[in-house]
Order: sequence, then C-alpha cells, then structure tokens
Amino acid sequence: MQELINRLKELIADGTVVRAIGWKKGDMPYNPEPAYFEKPEDFDNFVYDGFCGANLSKMMIEAAKLEGKTAVCLKPCDTYSFNQLIREHRVNRENTYIIGVGCRGKLDIEKARKEGIKGIKSIAGVDIEGDGDVTFDTIYGEKKMAYKDLMLDRCHVCKGKDHVIFDEVIGESKDTADADRFEEVIKIEKMTPEERFAFFKSELSKCIRCNACRNVCPACSCRKCVFDNTKFDSQQKANVDSFEEKMFHIIRAFHVAGRCTDCGECSRVCPEGIPLHLFNRKFIKDIDTFYGEFQAGKDPEAQSPLTDFTFDDLEPKDAVGRGDK
Amino acid sequence: MPMNEENKEFRPLIVAFCCNWCSYAGADLAGSSRLSYPADVKIIRVPCSGRVNPMFILRAFERGADGVIICGCHPGDCHYSTGNYYARRRMALLFSMLEYIGVENGRTRVEWCSAAEGAKFSKTMNEFCEKIKSLGENVRLGDLRCKN
Repeated sequence: MQELINRLKELIADGTVVRAIGWKKGDMPYNPEPAYFEKPEDFDNFVYDGFCGANLSKMMIEAAKLEGKTAVCLKPCDTYSFNQLIREHRVNRENTYIIGVGCRGKLDIEKARKEGIKGIKSIAGVDIEGDGDVTFDTIYGEKKMAYKDLMLDRCHVCKGKDHVIFDEVIGESKDTADADRFEEVIKIEKMTPEERFAFFKSELSKCIRCNACRNVCPACSCRKCVFDNTKFDSQQKANVDSFEEKMFHIIRAFHVAGRCTDCGECSRVCPEGIPLHLFNRKFIKDIDTFYGEFQAGKDPEAQSPLTDFTFDDLEPKDAVGRGDK
Repeated sequence: MPMNEENKEFRPLIVAFCCNWCSYAGADLAGSSRLSYPADVKIIRVPCSGRVNPMFILRAFERGADGVIICGCHPGDCHYSTGNYYARRRMALLFSMLEYIGVENGRTRVEWCSAAEGAKFSKTMNEFCEKIKSLGENVRLGDLRCKN
C-alpha cells in the first residue's frame, strides 16, 4: 500500500496527474469509500486493502471531463469495465492514467457477520501484500477466519490476474477462481418453472428500489435513465406489486446484456443481499451458448453481441425449453 | 363462485406486434381473404420488428396480456435490411430470461410472416390463441393489485 501511495504522490508532484481516485478510510475498518486525492496530506487517509471492492472505473466518466489528468486505481476485473467504457466512448482515455493495483480477492463483511462476528474494533491480515488468515479484534475477543472464506462470491469466479488495460501496475495479483462461473445459473435452470418462480419471487420481493445496483453499475452510464421517467411503470419508487420488481430487474439486466463484464458490483452493493448477478450471468451464459463466447471489455474493438447478427442466428422459439431436453 | 361465472369461457388477451411492411399487411390479406382469426388478438402496428423494445412485451404482460406475439418479415426480407435480425437476437435472450424466472413457455412467440401469407397469419394466430387458452390466465407476470 505504501508503494502505491508514494507513487501516486510522485505522479501528482511531478505534474503527470492533477488528482487521483482511490479509497479512503471509512467510519468502520471494513467500509473504505471511493475518494479523490489531490494534496499530499489527503493521502493520510488513503487505504487499499481487502475491503476495497468498489469498482472505480465508473467514476472516470466524470473525472475524465475535469481539467488535467486523473490517476485511477483499477483492479484486474475493473479494467474490463474501463475497457467497455472506452468501447462506448464514455471515458476519455487521454485524460486517464490507469494504475493497475494488485488484488488477491476482495472481502465481504457479510460473510463474517454470518459467522457471528460482531462488534468489530479492528481487522488485521487484510493487507494487499499479506498472505494468511484474517483476524478480527472484536469487543467479544479475537476471532479468526480464512481469507478465502471471507471472499466475495464474485472473487470465487475471478476473471484472472491480468489487467487488460493499464499505464503501470503496482503489486501482485492472484487468480482466485475456484468455482464455475455458471454453476448457480445452471442450478436454477434445472429447477421446475414453479421452483424458479418461487425462488425469484422470494429474492426479488426483498428489493427496496434503492437503485444502488443501477447507480454502481459501470455499464449503466446513460445520462438519462429509463427508470427516472415518471411515465414508466417501474420508475424510481418502492415497488407496489410483485411484477414491478421483476420488471425492473429484467430490464436492468437486459440494458446491460452484452456489455456487462460480470464485475459483480450489483450484488456487492445490494443492501438486501439479492443475488443480482444471476440475471446478468444468465444473459452472459445465453450469449455464450447462442452466439459464441464473449467477454465484454476484453477487447475494446469487439462488437457487442446485441448490436451484431449473423444470417443464421438461433430462432427465439429454439432459445426456450432447452433445459427440458 | 357466482352462478353465472361457472360456464364462463376463458378469453385470453393477446397482443400482437405486427411489422407495418409484412405481417400487418398479412393480417389485412387474411381479412380480405375471409380467413378468420380470434378476436382476442389485438394488433399493434410497429414500423419494424426491430422497433419492439423488450420493455413493450413486459409492459403488455403487466397491463394484463396473457400472451404476446411478435410478427416480422422473414429474415432477409426486412424493409430496413437488418431490423429483424437484431429483433431475433433480442427476443431469443428475452424469452430465455422469461423462462429462467419461471414464466410458462409459450406465452411469447416470434413468427416471421410476409404480406402474402394471410393464411399463415390466420393459422399462427389460431394456434397461438389455443396455446394461450391451454396455459390459462397470465398470473405470474401480471399486475395483481386490482385482482383478488
């Protein structure tokens, strides 16, 4: 972390960049916040540890419009999102200095809470360079958890340790994938329609329409969003019936279909813990099976599957009922 | 249950998005050829099947449709060259997603039907209406506020 801070300070001092986007300490040791850093003293609060899960690429849409260059810290998976934003002409690459930061998997405090860890005073072992268990110092005494058990679900299906776009890389990354990306989707596909309906109904009825999933999504970057239209049924408001929740989530996922890099931010920020990535991953899986493997953000020149076609595409009637066969 | 509801036949509400250049004319031909199709089908004319936003379909369901069918030109015959190719990809993904969240298969359909295929239009609509009748009322995708 110190190496990163020194390098950012150096970049600002020699005038390469005017400001940097990184994470600063939050009010709790497990919730660092994205922040701008401009002066050397700002960096006193700079932090980069296992809880810095936020994808900062979306912040560059606005930051790249500011005067002077901005340095941004991106993890390997965030660089896919950034590439996708370049593809859509949403960010100005010339105004961006990308520092690829190392990552060995990001952590989910909810996993600790599920283990009954409460009253956390401080956390040790979440440093980016470290390699060992995480120790929680709580008001009830010391608790330990393996780093792997505390990782976000999305890190178990990690896209790899390589940054796809960067100006320089600081720190080592690790490929933390140990599960199949589509395992959960396949599990749901194997259920009966009644079970699937019940599953999504129970998950989505938790939705409070806070719009966090929309606001955090790097692919959701329209200046004018359909969900802010007062004439639209699923406009920005708490749901009044069960279908509106589904409609909101289907449309949200559809709008990013073919552009979603599967960064998993939607599920991370959901205050109700709804597995929203299941929608996005279903679209990704379908695109992979129907139109060939596609990873959004891998290649900024690649054509998105939904803005492309071939003459002998699959007919919609063949797209359904494949699970029954 | 009130007495008069006992023998009431279920009449589905079917929304058909028809492309102006083919299926809409196909429906016209079906009419002028005196081929019948169910009155439950409500046609909405669109300039191209590519105009059909997936949201239209969801919204039709929300407002009480029991089935939605999209009719467009045969692939390769689009008035705007490529609109139906894009529609085909979109609908494939949407239908797969609807199946994924547990909606019965068959409530949605895409059919390619040219202006000369009045008979096909009538046959398709009859078939689709029968299918929706067998599936019954659309409960899973509807707005349930004013019901029960």
